[in-house]
Amino acid sequence: MSEEMVRTKIKSIFQATDTGKPRMDFFPDRAAVAQRHPGLMKPSHQSRIITTLVLGGMLALAVFAAYRLEFSFARLGAGLGQLKTFLGLMVPPSSGSYFPLFAKALGETIAIAFLGTLLAAFFAFPLGFFAARGALGNWLTRFFTRRFSDTIRGVDTLIWALIWINVVGLGPFAGVLAIMTSDIGSFTKLFSEAIEAVDRKQGEGVLSAGGTKLEVIRFGIIPQVLPVLLSQMLYYFESNTRSATIIGIVGAGGIGLHLSEMIRTYEWDRVSFIILMVLVTVAAIDWLSTRLRLKMAGAQ
Amino acid sequence: MPQAIIRLPESQTEPLLAAYHIVLRERQRATWFGIALLLLCIGVASVMAEVNLAMLGRNILNFTNYIGRIFYLENNALVFTDFGEWFWGLKKWLLKIGDTLLIAYLGTLLGAIGAFCLCFAASANLATGGKSRFVFRRILEFFRTVPELVFALLFVVAFGLGPLPGVLAIMIHTFGALGKLFAEVVENIDMKPVEGAISSGGTRWQAIRFAVVPQVLSNFASYALLRFEINVRGASVMGFVGAGGIGQDLIEAVRKFYYSDVSAILVLLILTVMLIDLGTEKLRHSLLAREDGT
Repeated sequence: MSEEMVRTKIKSIFQATDTGKPRMDFFPDRAAVAQRHPGLMKPSHQSRIITTLVLGGMLALAVFAAYRLEFSFARLGAGLGQLKTFLGLMVPPSSGSYFPLFAKALGETIAIAFLGTLLAAFFAFPLGFFAARGALGNWLTRFFTRRFSDTIRGVDTLIWALIWINVVGLGPFAGVLAIMTSDIGSFTKLFSEAIEAVDRKQGEGVLSAGGTKLEVIRFGIIPQVLPVLLSQMLYYFESNTRSATIIGIVGAGGIGLHLSEMIRTYEWDRVSFIILMVLVTVAAIDWLSTRLRLKMAGAQ
Repeated sequence: MPQAIIRLPESQTEPLLAAYHIVLRERQRATWFGIALLLLCIGVASVMAEVNLAMLGRNILNFTNYIGRIFYLENNALVFTDFGEWFWGLKKWLLKIGDTLLIAYLGTLLGAIGAFCLCFAASANLATGGKSRFVFRRILEFFRTVPELVFALLFVVAFGLGPLPGVLAIMIHTFGALGKLFAEVVENIDMKPVEGAISSGGTRWQAIRFAVVPQVLSNFASYALLRFEINVRGASVMGFVGAGGIGQDLIEAVRKFYYSDVSAILVLLILTVMLIDLGTEKLRHSLLAREDGT
């Protein structure tokens, strides 16, 4: 049954039967059924106790967190009031006379994401082969590349941006390097997983025809992993566009600098304008990368 | 051993070969076109992002120096020689990391509760109105597309400095991200139990409670745990904009050049993230194993 048919069917059932109260007339001999299947009607005490304990523990932790993090309804209420005022001031969005500036910064953001993703893939590509079982390297290189990528991934992009700013100064170049660094970790992991998942037979074919280990990789592995890698790169490009919008907050270029400045100076109509610009850009990139990915899947 | 290889006569292979070469040339042309386009994009992007390889070359030693420098104490001894001095603020930092975890926990929990409440109305198979479903989906999309740090910046201005805006920012982002995933899980359920619940007289809410929730709960929990893992990383930088947690200490140490503090905090942070990753992975596997078992 198609999704559409199921939906209409369920909807019609809901509309016909949803009175808000259980319809006992659908099920008249409940007592008889209970007598026939006594096990089904009895609540399971053990699972109830476990559920209660887990939920109670989670709730207690939440209450403790709220206490420890100094939650108060007064603060929440006051903040929500302020937020309402800000939201009111956000419409209609307006760029003032800053549109060219914002557009340039947004272009910078996209450039940061693009170059960062590309460079990360470039460096992670060989690392992926070292981290994968059954490609290049041995258990020692595998261990070290894996720990290396784990460590890199444990540090957020913004922290990398702070470190790179020390090296190349404020500006978008630091952002490119920050995105590159944090993505080398993720790509190494993803690439090595893709390489481990390939069909070994093609490599064996190359080997049996007298190929070297590098030729096995070139003709037996790369043709299989390349589409996967490209689609992961496209996906990361999209998510990096989002990361690149905030990287400017610490001074590493892009639209984030203007965004945080506009928020700090209470220019709410410009804030909403920038957010709209970012949303449109991300949607456009999302659309583009989905199309490219589908095209690649079709070409396969 | 003689082997008979069946070959087509020349007259037949020639047109086939010609066609093959045409296809091959077309593919090569497409590849070259793609490479040229990529190079063009790289060139434009490099200009826009002010890529300066000469400066990078000049200053790349700064990077290695910096990485090296953070492993030396004030008295130029390696940090490993004196753990007491390296982790002088251990108690303070551990408390802050605890706060970071609590921010991530509370944000994830509240966001997941919100996503749980909304996902049935945003799924294709259980939503009653197409219009409200559309609206819910757009709201979720908005919440997950805007980076959480932007929400944090906004909330810091509205609610004041401290962990409260951090929790709210993570909550909103989690709500958007999990709402979408939860709705997708709900769309993939088996509808027969729902039909069963309704045909035996259950209401819409009873159908959800007894026919849908048991099917989706372990997947929901697994996604929420995964999100918690992501949120721990997110919460660690909330302090950069004044929204609580260890990020505040980290950015201070970086900006004020307290080198050994930077490495100490980073080591604590990486260890915490690894432990959380391991813990949630274990929990998720046991959850999914329970799912398979029943």
